Amino acid sequence: MQFFGGGSLTSVAPEVTPSPAAPPGTGTGANAQVLYVFNRNGVCLLYREWHRPLHTLDPTQDHKLMFGLLFSLRSFTSKIDPTTAEKGNLGVPLLPGQGCSFYSFKTNTYKLNFMESPSGIKLILITHPRTGDQRDSLKHIYNLYVEYVVKNPLYAPGTPIK
Amino acid sequence: MALAAIYSLFIINKSGGLIYYKDYGSAGRIDTNDSLRLASLWHSMHAISQQLSPIPGCTGIDLLQAHNFDLHCFQSLTGTKFFVVCETGAQNMETLLKVIYELYTDFVLKNPFYEMEMPIRCELFDLNLAQVIHKYRVALLGR
Repeated sequence: MQFFGGGSLTSVAPEVTPSPAAPPGTGTGANAQVLYVFNRNGVCLLYREWHRPLHTLDPTQDHKLMFGLLFSLRSFTSKIDPTTAEKGNLGVPLLPGQGCSFYSFKTNTYKLNFMESPSGIKLILITHPRTGDQRDSLKHIYNLYVEYVVKNPLYAPGTPIK
Repeated sequence: MALAAIYSLFIINKSGGLIYYKDYGSAGRIDTNDSLRLASLWHSMHAISQQLSPIPGCTGIDLLQAHNFDLHCFQSLTGTKFFVVCETGAQNMETLLKVIYELYTDFVLKNPFYEMEMPIRCELFDLNLAQVIHKYRVALLGR
């Protein structure tokens, strides 16, 4: 367990948005909780942080880097997949369902959970490294997105969610 | 019972170049150029993941879980990366990577004819690596 900057970092209350409650025991010390939602063109539709001690880049750069990383990672996993013989070339843009995709990666400080819907909506949830499989949580978030955002007649697709 | 099959092993030097690649049973054959590209791609993504960390002190991706495989990565203190593509849910891959790192230090770095950061062409390393992988597989399948 890593302790940063000493002292107690109290959790930041989530803004009133259609998002699930933060898991228990979060928002203190070294736990990060961040959510990104991107559409298939790389527009960041939603960015929420419940706890983020370190901001390395400004928000636009951060979103671009995140999207770029996921885009390349998908290309990478699709190519390195040992279970399928037929692989496309690296660098070819992949359709949402095409090729093997990853659902999470873990580092020593955070865990990134990822889900891509067939329409190309990418959900990214950053959590504590020891969090379990979050695929169901991501599906839940996606369902909320469908219910409240897509079905909202006043929402224009491709624009950030307000 | 999950058979923790190892599909392939990559070793990347500190600049991101591939210095060793061994395939143990992937369905599709990856040719040399592609393996080089994949290695550099991994090196860059490892670095980017450190930049995106919301918490200071990130050392890069340790484990990548995909639908068809898992990828375990180990980075030494000098920046050499060892990563292994294996079946989902494989156990003890971190130990295996550390053992491979030990073999690397013993048979590659201590080899007076080996040039740093160059592709690994050391017989003893290959031999011992094959032994370790075989032992590892037998140990898992025997359980």
